[in-house]
Amino acid sequence: MTTTPAIEIVGLTKSYGDQAVLRGVDLSVPPGTIFALLGSNGAGKTTVVKILSTLLKPDGGTAAVNGYDVGARPEEVRESISLTGQFAAVDEILTGRENLILIAQLRHLKNHRGIADDLLVKFDLTAAAGKRVATYSGGMRRRLDIAMSLIGDPPVLFLDEPTTGLDPQSRLEVWRTVKELAGQGTTVLLTTQYLDEAEHLADRIAILHEGRIIANGTLAELKRLLPPAKVEYVEKQPSLEDIFLAIVGHGDHRPVGAQR
Amino acid sequence: MTTSVSRDTTVLLKRSLRHILRSPDTIITTAITPIAMLLLFVYVFGGAIQVGGGRYVNYLLPGVLLITVASGIAYTAFRLFTDVSGGIFERFQSMPIARSALLWGHVLTSVVANLISLVLVVLVALAMGFRSGAGVLAWLAVLGILLLFTLALTWLAVIPGLTAKSVDGVSGFSYPLIFLPFISSAFVPTAGMPGPVRWFAQHQPVTPIVNTLRNLYAEQPVGNDGWIAIVWCVGLLVVAYALAMRTYRRKMA
Repeated sequence: MTTTPAIEIVGLTKSYGDQAVLRGVDLSVPPGTIFALLGSNGAGKTTVVKILSTLLKPDGGTAAVNGYDVGARPEEVRESISLTGQFAAVDEILTGRENLILIAQLRHLKNHRGIADDLLVKFDLTAAAGKRVATYSGGMRRRLDIAMSLIGDPPVLFLDEPTTGLDPQSRLEVWRTVKELAGQGTTVLLTTQYLDEAEHLADRIAILHEGRIIANGTLAELKRLLPPAKVEYVEKQPSLEDIFLAIVGHGDHRPVGAQR
Repeated sequence: MTTSVSRDTTVLLKRSLRHILRSPDTIITTAITPIAMLLLFVYVFGGAIQVGGGRYVNYLLPGVLLITVASGIAYTAFRLFTDVSGGIFERFQSMPIARSALLWGHVLTSVVANLISLVLVVLVALAMGFRSGAGVLAWLAVLGILLLFTLALTWLAVIPGLTAKSVDGVSGFSYPLIFLPFISSAFVPTAGMPGPVRWFAQHQPVTPIVNTLRNLYAEQPVGNDGWIAIVWCVGLLVVAYALAMRTYRRKMA
């Protein structure tokens, strides 16, 4: 059985003035998977996401989301997607609940309040639901931002650097949410410059470098590109992240005995 | 399609009206400069200005109303700029929302906010002795011209709202508009101005608009000024709308 790819990009090019940002990008993302687009700053990740979410017109090549061409059927593409941009796109003056209701109304759904309340519970924002978003922390904003993207259950979700600027705990929360979504059948295209994020989350990883995909595959496949691992014995030191999480008491790390 | 345009516009209009309700200072600051001008010109300079019969506050009010709109639209540009720079504009654009609703929500909000500021200024003028015996039709005509003027300047404000790189750039465009009434018949009759200045004053849009408003509530015949005022307003509106839409489409290139 063949299924339509959730995202299909062929020979995509885009320049700003005489600066070529995308020089022929090819990608195919099967439905229900997490796909990480990895690259350093300026590699063109955001440009790819903007073209896929109909915000930007490509110069050449084709891109289709959920089977709809972004140039020819933008309306259907917008019905199929949700975009969480690089910076939390929330309304600061409205409250968290009002933000969610706003998106539910704009997606022409019924039962706005019910949808908002469910998401507030799911994203642990109920206590702050009636407060203006301007008073929220960075992690709360990002959670609200992602919650807003889930309204209407779009089959394809774009997350553009979803954990940039987040503290480690919020980062883990975002990771958990993304995994849950993929478990429910949502296709997630995520861009990141953090290698561990891609390693942790993605079913497949593509590396975008200077406007081209230079590697594409599962983590295992990418690892095979390197010479076979050499066995070395190294004393395992805790990373600063391990220490931080242990001290602030998160997850299954037990508090360390500094005050014992 | 049309139903979703009006439905989406209504949702977005309600959203930005809620912004205004939560920061009423934007309406107050819009109204405060024109009110200060009313006070200054009536009680300080007014005694030295000869406008030939009638109260000076009656003479002054139309120009001050135009200044009110010119300073009010700076907030329209600011609200749009905040949406664009904060990313929520892109979120809306990536959603199945009618394209035009995104701008119309802001434009209608601008009309409502400016009407409130205009009412505030008129109330202060009434307290200062402004009187008019004009009938309902004349007042409707005044409202109509102010509405056209507001729409024209609002679509002009959409352009910096979409393109500005900083907050300063957003508000800067409104200063010349606020200044324009000073070189017109808004504060003093143009007859006393030296040749080239008088020529400019008589041929720029503010003078016919001010004269029309003034004659309407003074129950005087409007004459040619009325048509010239409407042509200016509609012309500005068409040009501003076309430029704003072009800017909007270019943002998507």
